[in-house]
Amino acid sequence: MDPAAAKLIGAGLASIALVGAGIGIGTIFGNYLQGALRNPSAAPSQFANLLLGFALAEATGLFGLVVALIILFVF
Amino acid sequence: MIAAAYAAEDAGHGGGSEGGLPNPMHQFEIKRLIPFELFGVDVSFTNSALFMVIAASVITLFTVYAMHSRALVPSRLQSVAEISYQFIANMVRDNVGTAGMQYFPFIFTLFMFVLALNMLGMVPYSFTVTSHIIVTFALAAFIFLGVTLIGFIKHGWKFFKFFVPSGVPMVMLPLLVVIEVISYLTRPLSLSVRLFANMMAGHTMLKVFGAFVVALGFFGGWAPLAFMVAFTGLEILVAFLQAYVFAILTCIYLNDALHLHH
Repeated sequence: MDPAAAKLIGAGLASIALVGAGIGIGTIFGNYLQGALRNPSAAPSQFANLLLGFALAEATGLFGLVVALIILFVF
Repeated sequence: MIAAAYAAEDAGHGGGSEGGLPNPMHQFEIKRLIPFELFGVDVSFTNSALFMVIAASVITLFTVYAMHSRALVPSRLQSVAEISYQFIANMVRDNVGTAGMQYFPFIFTLFMFVLALNMLGMVPYSFTVTSHIIVTFALAAFIFLGVTLIGFIKHGWKFFKFFVPSGVPMVMLPLLVVIEVISYLTRPLSLSVRLFANMMAGHTMLKVFGAFVVALGFFGGWAPLAFMVAFTGLEILVAFLQAYVFAILTCIYLNDALHLHH
């Protein structure tokens, strides 16, 4: 297979990792909303944990994106 | 097809004729502003260095000027400085405890520096320093080494107890310790890649959609323009959020080193 074509296919496959990021971020925010609607007074205290959890979940998806970019631009 | 459009642009630059879409990766290019060599090592003053100097100057000028009157009832600008101090002080106190407050100046500097670098990148035609993995890796590596060193200085060889969680059956211990050590060693990697990937992906998307605005012309260009306005707002939020996450994870790692419980 032509290496340039293989690079493009590899980058596309590596980007599938962002599905996990989407699911993770949706789960975190969904659970926060569920808890906040049950107990609104406790919501502000957990806002910091919400942001932290969002960043950590997005990070793993972005690791997959970084692999895609490495495949495209380094090799 | 899109790769051909980017290639046509690169070829167009060489020939000076009509090109395709502009390359979104050109914005990350390092340019030497003042070439300088020391013992064969290239230590030129680059655009990256320039923006680090600008960020440090902006932070220093802001905090010094905002607090220069030291009013008991703060003015608006003094309130901003006090709020940012309080925000980080609360974060350090909540995550590291009172023992960690001696590291507050470092955490505050780290947060303000990363925040300023991220925000300066949102200025049009500027350069995003944190969109280079070497910059974020240098920050994360020093944080990791510093925190590990603090752990060893405070606890001596007992620091290795950190990798042995309590209440684990003896059978699982060898595997679990290996997993713990590997996940500890990936901390600087995840810390640096998180910031780098967010910044680079965000700015690449901004450039790509900007190219669409121009390419679709007067009648089609309003749709990507509306998206760009919303996405720029998101990028400003991400710039703040990533600086906050970088600082809070540093606090959490510091807490692990100072108080060795999982």
